Amino acid sequence: MMELNTQRMEDFKGIYKYLVVFVGLAFLFIFIRLWSLQVIKGSDLRRLSENNCVRLRENPADRGMLLDRKGHILAHNRPSFEVYLIPEDLKSNPEVLVEVGRILNTTQDEIEQKIKAQKKRAPFKPVRIKSDIDWKELAVLESNRVHLPGLLVDVRPMRAYDYGSLASHLIGYLGEVDENELKQSKETPYRMGALIGKYGVEYRWENDLRGTDGGRQIEVDALGREIRPLGIVEPFPGNNLFLTIDLALQKTAEEAYQDKNGALVAMDPQTGRILAMVSKPSFEPNIFARNILSEEWKSLVENPHHPLQNKGIQGQYPAGSTFKIVTAIAGLESGMITPNTQFICQGAFPYGNRNFRCWKEGGHGAISLHRALVESCDIYFYQVGLKVGVDLIAHYANEFGLGKMTGISLPHERPGTVPSSSWKKKRFGVPWYTGETLSFSVGQGYLNATPLQLLMLISGVANGGKQYLPQVVERVEDIYGKKIKEYPPVELRKANVSEKTLKIVQEALRGAVNDPHGTGWTCALKDVKVAGKTGTAQVVRLPDNFKKGDMDRVPLKFRDHAWFVAYAPFEDPKIAIAVLVEHGGFGASAAAPIAKKVIEKYLNLEPSPPFKMADKQSDLDHAD
Amino acid sequence: MQIDRRLLIHFDWTLLGMVLAIASLGILNLYSATAKMEMPGTPFYLKQIFWLLIGLLMMVTVAFIEYRFYSDFAYIAYAITLFLLIIVLGYGIITSGAQRWVKIGTFSFQPSEFVKISLILALAKFFHRPPHRKGYSLKQLLLPFLLLFLPMGLILKQPDLGTAIMLLFIFFSILIFVKVRWPSLLIIGLSGAGLVPLLWNFLKEYQKKRILTFFNPDMDPLGAGYHLIQSKIAVGSGGVMGKGFMKGTQCKLGFLPEQQTDFIFSALGEEWGLIGSLFIVGLYLALVLWGLRIAVQAKDRFGAIIAFGVVAMFFWHIFINIGMVLGIMPVVGIPLPLFSYGGSFMISTLVGVGLLLNVSMRRYLF
Repeated sequence: MMELNTQRMEDFKGIYKYLVVFVGLAFLFIFIRLWSLQVIKGSDLRRLSENNCVRLRENPADRGMLLDRKGHILAHNRPSFEVYLIPEDLKSNPEVLVEVGRILNTTQDEIEQKIKAQKKRAPFKPVRIKSDIDWKELAVLESNRVHLPGLLVDVRPMRAYDYGSLASHLIGYLGEVDENELKQSKETPYRMGALIGKYGVEYRWENDLRGTDGGRQIEVDALGREIRPLGIVEPFPGNNLFLTIDLALQKTAEEAYQDKNGALVAMDPQTGRILAMVSKPSFEPNIFARNILSEEWKSLVENPHHPLQNKGIQGQYPAGSTFKIVTAIAGLESGMITPNTQFICQGAFPYGNRNFRCWKEGGHGAISLHRALVESCDIYFYQVGLKVGVDLIAHYANEFGLGKMTGISLPHERPGTVPSSSWKKKRFGVPWYTGETLSFSVGQGYLNATPLQLLMLISGVANGGKQYLPQVVERVEDIYGKKIKEYPPVELRKANVSEKTLKIVQEALRGAVNDPHGTGWTCALKDVKVAGKTGTAQVVRLPDNFKKGDMDRVPLKFRDHAWFVAYAPFEDPKIAIAVLVEHGGFGASAAAPIAKKVIEKYLNLEPSPPFKMADKQSDLDHAD
Repeated sequence: MQIDRRLLIHFDWTLLGMVLAIASLGILNLYSATAKMEMPGTPFYLKQIFWLLIGLLMMVTVAFIEYRFYSDFAYIAYAITLFLLIIVLGYGIITSGAQRWVKIGTFSFQPSEFVKISLILALAKFFHRPPHRKGYSLKQLLLPFLLLFLPMGLILKQPDLGTAIMLLFIFFSILIFVKVRWPSLLIIGLSGAGLVPLLWNFLKEYQKKRILTFFNPDMDPLGAGYHLIQSKIAVGSGGVMGKGFMKGTQCKLGFLPEQQTDFIFSALGEEWGLIGSLFIVGLYLALVLWGLRIAVQAKDRFGAIIAFGVVAMFFWHIFINIGMVLGIMPVVGIPLPLFSYGGSFMISTLVGVGLLLNVSMRRYLF
């Protein structure tokens, strides 16, 4: 224990009287204030307290607009007239409820339910009864306002998407803020019932878009009518977002799908900017902006074609023959094959106790790499796969970013799957069977990829191995047009693949579209060279004796998905594209024509009829 | 440890009496203010009685252990509370947007409350060695400033501006009490003022806005400003005689946020009017003046500084809180001792009272 230290205690005694005076003055200050509030202003303030005269009115900010890369407005705000009731004011005038119900064509019960639903409401906080009323209703309400105490009609900004479901998955939708989000927004809290971004760009850029809410403090009379404002804060609109997509291109892409389902993603391979992003079926974001009805929500959620999913980043499908690009690269890079290595395709390849088949029944005969990619020969790639082995193929798949998320700034992206021997051991506890390598090398089996990932693959090939982060927003501007943020291209990775190998593969992909017998011939253009690869993703394994031409007789939900990945122009790629048509059958017939329309539009080419090939084979329609 | 009979003779019954009177009225007021609140579980006032009993037990314990004994543990106690603050930032519970609570078993408590006590102890330990001639110099104050800034930074990060300001006020009160050289005090004041614009630029936009609102509630008539108007209406509508016990409306209707904590005084003003308010304010004034007397009459420097630190803590809490409710102070989250609801705050307050009692009854001993 320390010793007593009593030196210089007189310092304390010296300051004592000053402290007492200071404390006395402070308390005197409190006393004066109490006197002024309770005695001088007492009766005034009592009157205010008895009528509960001070009310709060919200004045939400305009949400920032969404524009396409050329400045076309995709999402903005329009004024909406909303009807509110203040339950506390209704107590003495219950007939108001009946009258308002009559004007708005709803029943008293419905209104009462809406009021009851707001349990945690602060006192005298208005409850929204109906939003977006029409002019007629507004006129009747406003002219009767004097007789309807407790009624409040207010103008609020409402989100409007003029193009409806166009690019709905990219844009996203709004929803009422939930309790979790209320808790998390600690710095700038949301008000109850605020609509905030729940999906897509609306969700990811919420903080830029939301703006700052304003409001008014007003004094009201005993009937709840406004007397005078006590304080006003003006709202400040959110920032505008310039998206990377092109409105016209997006329209073309959506129309090209007609009534088919699937996903399309197109981007500039040299910057990573997404030019179009389609997922079908789509949804109507406007119904979210006005608070979605429960039956509307139910029908969206229960739809078997998943309209709320952005299939471009959330759908995981076997890559099918588009994966032969990776198998070819793995073969060349590992030195297991050269461009001249030949294998014999006799239409079938017995391995183990199974007969692995080529899509072409008669077989391709002796075939080397270029033709094997052009004509998408399965048996060639089975043998390459056997030589290279599962893990080396997986390595090159990873080099191009398959099996992991691309990092696009949209919610719920899925990583897909690239199997390997260690992956299978971990996942299923059993070793890899060599037979599975055969399926893997032609993109079936465990392999899964999103359309965006395959787009990254083809962009990487187009771009000498370089892959850019896929981006959907180009820049953020405030309402005065001042740039707030900019998103320059970000190089994600450069696949460790030699230039020679890429050159060989690029040539073969050009051949797949432009050579005779090329499986992607339906995407061939007159003036510009396109390079691409078709693919078919199996939904179910069809019996060994199944004839490709019989696909039309298979029930739709068991039909294969059709793939097409491409880039153009071949010499200087400006656009890369991945197209998936769910249950579309074959890449050449279902997916490639869609890609063609989009490429034509983007490169400003005249739409052309399918290019007639001199010796087009009838079964090319069914090519894998 | 045997209790010296002389301790009982010198026991400060006046102080204890004042504290018990304020605390009882506080619970009565809390009962009325929260009577209409729909809350699941135990009502606030019962929980508060429980905290009061726990606090009194700790107060007695703290009072009867000879205070010189605390000097050995001052820095250790300081280190422990600092550690708890770090834990809070890492694993704390987030309520209404701030991370202030630590959970041990089923109890959760706010370490920042106890930092106030441990900072007082640590500063008392440091300043118990007297200064030379004209008071402490700037160089000697390096360690005390470090003692302040470490917990203050951690608490600001929670964020809890109220408690951080409290630490700052306690710290400067003690500096003035122990006598710092006038030039040094001037330099500290000037450099503090000079640092403000510099620090201002480091703040994020929303932080700036928040601070501006603290000092000008009209900037935010929807949040803090609205509460302020409602609080003034509540107090003012009480008039001279008050609306009567359980008859207040402003607080019960939920116009005020934190009606059971930071704005509890508005319920008193509304129901008991000027008469009741003055009575409570008078009790607080007596408590503070009595505490000051304990500080200057203490036997040694360590005891005096502890007592003064505790009194400074009480004074700033009372003055800022009531000032805030009456609209003469910015709205910062600072509760009213013995009145506001809250377990950690009740206990830290009563531990402070225990320290005061301790110093008071040992003023003739040793």
